[in-house]
Amino acid sequence: MIVVNTETIPGREIAEAIGLVQGNTIRAKHVGRDIAAGFKNLVGGELRGYTELLTEARRQALERMLAQAKQLSADGVVNVRFTTSAVTGGAAELYAYGTAVRLAPAAGARYE
Amino acid sequence: MNEAWPFLIQLVVFAFCIGVLGLLVGGSKERRHFRELAEREKRLSHIRVCNLKRVTAPDEVEDAHMMLGSVVIATDYFKSFATGLRNLVGGEMRSAVSLMNRARREALLRLLEQAEARGASEVWNVRFGYSNISQMRGRSGGAMQVEMLAYGTAVRRRG
Repeated sequence: MIVVNTETIPGREIAEAIGLVQGNTIRAKHVGRDIAAGFKNLVGGELRGYTELLTEARRQALERMLAQAKQLSADGVVNVRFTTSAVTGGAAELYAYGTAVRLAPAAGARYE
Repeated sequence: MNEAWPFLIQLVVFAFCIGVLGLLVGGSKERRHFRELAEREKRLSHIRVCNLKRVTAPDEVEDAHMMLGSVVIATDYFKSFATGLRNLVGGEMRSAVSLMNRARREALLRLLEQAEARGASEVWNVRFGYSNISQMRGRSGGAMQVEMLAYGTAVRRRG
């Protein structure tokens, strides 16, 4: 599965656009991390706990999107976009969406 | 009542000291971060970054793959307080500007480091996403926390 956020897959030809695929997840932080972040806020800087939390959550949203694409027997997903929103206090929604496509066979098949 | 006053004054002095300490430590950490950002940017300057949707001469590139880089970053309490004061008079919020710049540059660098690990020479259609994580804490106020996400399509140009 080729995933890109450009409109086309460079070097490949898109035979068919199958349709929109999407994945989301809503994650809550846990109290320990929040307390640690509270202390960290004294001096500012990166909050690694939150970075990890959101990276992991976004990967899950992407995986859900890819599972949908696989179900549609797509070869790739193009024009992928992300949004994040704070839904309620204490939780964030991560949403990934893109267009599932079927590819034409590689032109002049290159052997490497 | 009379006994409560010294305690209150002590509390205010304590909070002030913590704030100033945060400002000093936070300031030096921020300067170090900016120096580190400049170094990494210089090291990765061989990767061309572009936010055009269409790759020029797409037949010459291979191994297109989407890359992500993200970071959650916060200001110290003192700066958040200063930002609050700035709201009264208007004008540029320097502390917020530096926070956003740090977050954006760091996120882009993480993306580029991943692209480099994959042996990419160019990154196309770079986009930034941003969210205010302060709301994630269930209340407004307190230190500003932002999450910055950079994503783009890394490709390798043949020849």
